[in-house]
Amino acid sequence: MELNEKNISLWSKLGSRATYGLAILELVKNIEEQLIIVTADTSTSAGLDRFKKKYPNNYVDVGIAEQNGIGIAAGLASENFIVFSSTFTPFQTLRCLEQIKVNLCYMNIPVNLVGLASGLVLGDLGYTHCSIEDIAVMRALPNMTVISPADCGETSKAVFAAAKYNKPTYIRLTGGTNNEIVYKNNYNFEIGKAIKLLSGEDVALVCNGTMVAKAMNAAKQLNQQDIYPSVYNFHTIKPIDIKTLNFISKNYKLIITIEEHNIIGGLGSAVSEKIVQNGSNIKQVFMGVKDNYLISGNYETILDKTGLNEDKIIKEVKNNV
Amino acid sequence: MINQNDTLNKIKKFSNATRLNIIETAFKTNGKSAHIGGALSIVDILATLYGHILKINAKNYKNNDRNRFILSKGHSVLGYYSCLCQIGLITKKELHNYEKPNTFLFGHPVKNRDKGIEFSNGSLGMGLSLGIGLSLAAKKRNMNYKTYVIIGDGECNEGSVWEAAMAAPKFKLDNLFAIIDKNNFQQTGANEEIMPSLSLVNKWKEFGWDVKEIDGHNIKEILDSIQQNVKPDKPRAIIANTIKGKGFSFTENNNSWHHNILTEKMYLNALNELRE
Repeated sequence: MELNEKNISLWSKLGSRATYGLAILELVKNIEEQLIIVTADTSTSAGLDRFKKKYPNNYVDVGIAEQNGIGIAAGLASENFIVFSSTFTPFQTLRCLEQIKVNLCYMNIPVNLVGLASGLVLGDLGYTHCSIEDIAVMRALPNMTVISPADCGETSKAVFAAAKYNKPTYIRLTGGTNNEIVYKNNYNFEIGKAIKLLSGEDVALVCNGTMVAKAMNAAKQLNQQDIYPSVYNFHTIKPIDIKTLNFISKNYKLIITIEEHNIIGGLGSAVSEKIVQNGSNIKQVFMGVKDNYLISGNYETILDKTGLNEDKIIKEVKNNV
Repeated sequence: MINQNDTLNKIKKFSNATRLNIIETAFKTNGKSAHIGGALSIVDILATLYGHILKINAKNYKNNDRNRFILSKGHSVLGYYSCLCQIGLITKKELHNYEKPNTFLFGHPVKNRDKGIEFSNGSLGMGLSLGIGLSLAAKKRNMNYKTYVIIGDGECNEGSVWEAAMAAPKFKLDNLFAIIDKNNFQQTGANEEIMPSLSLVNKWKEFGWDVKEIDGHNIKEILDSIQQNVKPDKPRAIIANTIKGKGFSFTENNNSWHHNILTEKMYLNALNELRE
């Protein structure tokens, strides 16, 4: 999927969920005979209303019954359909977790799961609708690939890459409308390969999802104070990019992982599991949700209270470099 | 034209062979406990499917147009493996290597398309959803294969069974057959005691299925319930009244045989009863 000025700007305005729907509307053009989209009464939330109207034969709505949805998706994928299933993250992951384990992972059937509005963006609705556990849980399933795109352009790239990947894959969508743009130009996206966005030698900021834009903003402010962070977009949490982690642990003294997820089991954990085995002296600081259901409320407010904003990133860098 | 009596006799023979294979395999575990009761309750259904309906053999078993079978109550695996052995997809030696080192035949089916095992099952309540996926795939591609799913009555405790039951009529899957093994027992007791199933016939009807209630050990009734013309757009549910442990005096309706050890004495008794 090529990025251009027009689609980057449009998708960013609409947010990652609507971008998913638009990406599917593009994707179907070449694979109409093979593509099936499964939803659980969430076509509008996934930006799929146009798709549903235009391609009724490619659209399967299982109602509010996600466990059954996974089984149906797996049955279709085992008959060589390319299948995407999407609903709000808690219901796309935890509600049907054992169905995912058995049908997708144990049998290695390549269904693509898309978790809508993950992280804290639905804070106004409470933590039933937030998701700070999904990466930890999905990452623990053998055969599962886990992706968290940095912006809407990357969401679209991830959808196209997953469609070709032919493995059980989970794509985690974060952020709301007016999703901050990280990539202003087209670039090469490869599952499992981290991307260095900014070069500096003082600290490696390793992040994904919405935290990539925040880390970039923080890094630019730090530059003015003569502190030079590198920023790495680890859009794929599993398989984690070991090569890049080896490079980081050899070339930096400090790594700060930043994620809109619990600090247990997410990107920070995936990173530390690898670098601790390298025998390097690199120090790691974990930024993320500190294993609590802090407060419900407005997205920005929750992010601030959780310590996931530019100011807190700058503070952590200064405290630790 | 093939006389129906010949067909019934053929299936009956297949069924007896399956019973023999089940107790032989259980015995050859050398004192390990095995799921015997629930395997025996579905033998006549399995024999009707593998001995006649599915038409799967060693030549066509990977063809795209083959009929699909899912053992949702995966613990009844001894019956499944026995049938695969009888149609030539696994050897007797492999069958008797059940749950031994280096086997591929475990206590629940593990997907192995080379051996005709279509899916991994064992966690209850998942098979019918998979079956819907296969049936939908057939509809979307205008293929004629049918999908048959065997579900336990105890398994019907799982909410996900009813999610699937709700969905199949919506998708108009008249190529899907759910066969419910109503043996009235579950792992630790009678359904009545653990979780009453009430009228499964009424429940499946209300969910929108074309329901047949049969004696699950009467081959003619099993055959008719599968072969009678389907109602357009309606999936068929067959409530098969069965006897857990059917076929041997010491196992019938004795729930200790849900998972138990077959001693040599019992095995010899069982062989005698089969000969009668």
